This record gives sequence, C-alpha cells and structure tokens, in this order.
Amino acid sequence: MESLYTAIIVITGIGIIAAIVLVLAAKFMYVPEDERIGKVQECLPGANCGACGYAGCADYAKAIVEAGADTNLCVPGGAAVAQAVSKVMGKTAGAVASKKAVVACQGFECNTGKKYDYQGVSTCSAAAKMFAGPTACAYGCMGFGDCVKACQFDAIHIVNGIALVDNNKCTGCGACAKACPKNIIALIPDDVNPVVLCKNTDKGAQTRKVCSTGCIGCMKCTKVCPTNAISVSNNLASIEQDLCIACMQCAEECPVHAIYVPNIR
Amino acid sequence: MMKLASILFSMMLVNNYVLVKFMGICPFLGVSKKLDSSVGMSVAVTFVMVMATAVTWPIYTYLLLPNDLAYLNTISFILVIAALVQLVEIILKKFIPALHRSLGVYLPLITTNCAILGVTLLNIDNGYNFIESIVASLGAGIGFLIAMVLFTGVRSTLEYAQPPKSFEGLPITLISASLVSVSFMGFGGIIESLFGTF
Repeated sequence: MESLYTAIIVITGIGIIAAIVLVLAAKFMYVPEDERIGKVQECLPGANCGACGYAGCADYAKAIVEAGADTNLCVPGGAAVAQAVSKVMGKTAGAVASKKAVVACQGFECNTGKKYDYQGVSTCSAAAKMFAGPTACAYGCMGFGDCVKACQFDAIHIVNGIALVDNNKCTGCGACAKACPKNIIALIPDDVNPVVLCKNTDKGAQTRKVCSTGCIGCMKCTKVCPTNAISVSNNLASIEQDLCIACMQCAEECPVHAIYVPNIR
Repeated sequence: MMKLASILFSMMLVNNYVLVKFMGICPFLGVSKKLDSSVGMSVAVTFVMVMATAVTWPIYTYLLLPNDLAYLNTISFILVIAALVQLVEIILKKFIPALHRSLGVYLPLITTNCAILGVTLLNIDNGYNFIESIVASLGAGIGFLIAMVLFTGVRSTLEYAQPPKSFEGLPITLISASLVSVSFMGFGGIIESLFGTF
C-alpha cells in the first residue's frame, strides 16, 4: 500500500513541478506575437501556392503584419481576400490584377511532328534534356504534364498533345509557369486581348518546317495593328497588352493563325 | 574512451533507431521529402534526444530507483519529455529566435516521439552511466540524421520512378524504406570487430 502512495506522490510531484516551471517560463519569457497574423492567415485561401512570392500563406501573413508587405499579392484569393486582409490591417486594398495562365504553343499533334520517339521518364524536365525534347519544334510544349502536376486547382490538362488551361478554374498563381522547363506558360491579364501563341524564335522557313501554326515573323500583324501594339523581334511577334484594344485585326491577318484570344478559344 | 566510441558508432549504424529498431517511423516518412526539412527535423530530434536523456537519466537513477518505482519509468519519462520540449521551445523563442525559426516547426512534432522515448528507456535498459547515456543519445540522433538524409535521396529518385499504379505513393515508399533498412543490417557485427566486445 505504501509503495502505491509513493508512486502517486512521485508522478504527481513531477507533473506539478513541470507545470510550475512551464507556467513560470511562459510568463517570464513571453514573446509578444501580433495577433493579427492569425487573423490575416484566416483570410488567406490556404492553398500555399506561393504566387505572392512567400513560402506559403502563413509566411505571407507574417510578412504582411511584420514587414508591411502589400495586401494585394494573393492572386488566387483576388480582390475579396485583399479586401479582407486590408480590413484586418486597417489599410486600403490596392487593386488586384486578375491574371490567367496561358500556354503559348499550338503544337497539337495535327500541327507539328516529332523528332524522335521518347521512351524515358515521362516528365517535361527529363524529356527537355534530350535534344530539347521529342517535339519537332524545340520551343514547343512536349505534353508530359509537369504543369498538370504543379497545378493545385486542376486547371491545366494535356489535350491533344499539349497543355491547355481551363480558364474557369485557373487562379493565375503561376505554379505551372514555374514548372515548365520551356518557359512557354505566361500569365496574362484576364480579358479579351489576343496573344501570340508561339515561342519559336527560329527563322520563318525553319519554323514552317516543324509546325504549321508557328509564328514565322512575317510582320503582317504589325502592319495592321492600329495602335502599334505588336512588335517582332527574333522572328517572333509579341503583343504589348497595355496598348492592345482587342480589335482582332492581327488575328484575322495572321497567315499561320498563331494569334488567338486564349479566353475564347 | 573505446567504450564511448563503440556506443556512439553502434547507435549510429548497427542499432540505428529508424532503420534497425523501427522507431520514429512517422517523421522518417513524413518529412523525408525535402533535404532541408529532413535535416532540420533530424537536428531537432538529436537536440531533444540529448536533452531528454540528460533529464530522464537523473530522474530514473536518483528518484525512481531508490523508491522502488522503476516500473514507472515510461509514464514519468513521457511526462518529463513533454514538459521539457515545451520549455525548450519557450526558451528558444525568447533567447535564440533564429534557432527557433529553423527548429520551431519540428519541436512540437517530436514531443513524445517514440524514438525519443525509446532512446531514454533503452539507455536505462542497457545500464549506461550518465556520460554513456548522453553519448548513446547523440549517436542515436546522428543515426537518425543519416537515415533521414539517405532516405531523402532515395525518395527524390523515387519521384521519377514509374511503379505499378497500386504501388504509387506510400506503398513504394515503404518498400524502398524496407530495402534501405535491409542494407543497414549489413552493419551487424561491425562494432565487435572494430572495438571488441565489452
């Protein structure tokens, strides 16, 4: 019976001593932490996509409160989250530019061919190391789906050999753009402006050989553009989105149909 | 001195807590995806192992043993280690914020991790004195680090493997863990040959 009492006393004693030490430690070594961090974090979507440029939602919340980071950096959350975060912080929200990813390639199986039959590890990053990938065009989408794996929102899929963005699901976080070894995924403003869906900077004749819809740098689009928004450098047209008025004349003029509005394609 | 070296190396290789004794499998599988997080976790585990041994060994020897309460070691060790980890976290947060930032995430995770508890209990079972216990915990921590870093390498290669559909994810990870574990069985007997038996 006596050993029972000792056992109870010893265990309770250890517990009480530990409790006292912890309470004292918590009291005397209390580090004040801004309670707004938790509130800001609640407003954020919690996808940890990294589009804001921080390691995750928790890190971004900390940066907002402690380092005064902008409140409008969360791309997936958009304006609603920026509003909510700004309310917590007592700031006015800056405008959030809503963006969508677009795969600048139209190398569908019917438009382009293959250099060789690739049978290795089926990821883009691995395939890209073998003679710039199995696709005939060295700049185009290889369709192994590194971007599909990177997307947390199920918004990008391999269709007919290349990646296609589902605009209804895309939040513009840019995870796919980072994953693409060819750098052909761009983030563009979410409106009806046309974009050049090609990244091939080879000379026109060379481009023509490998793909029927690659930009050949013929300059026709630059001539029809009423606002001079299009320029051609390195045999590749590019449209300045700020100047574009979406008149679509370039898309009609393009002989290889490389210019499209990705949102309504 | 030879005995300490023998304990250190046997804890690191022959009696590796993860790969031979199968303790601490949860962090072994949970945070071995990236090298920096696996190293961070291992350093935290090593740190807590040594701290926990330094506290539990005196408690066992000077409090439990004289009172015939040796059978209470498991429950009292859990109590002490849990409180200790909390205390260490508070102290780190106050005085060494940089270390807290790098270890802080892992500390609550290993509060009553079975590898930590196992180290403290087995040190008692093996009849080590205080210095030997500390060295054994250090060896166990380094062994944990070795296992984690090795397995992180295995896992990064595993990303590119194409196992059958039903083996994707955790099953193939467990199978490769077992293969790594089998390779550690090869260290059996090495300590006796190097340092002789005690």
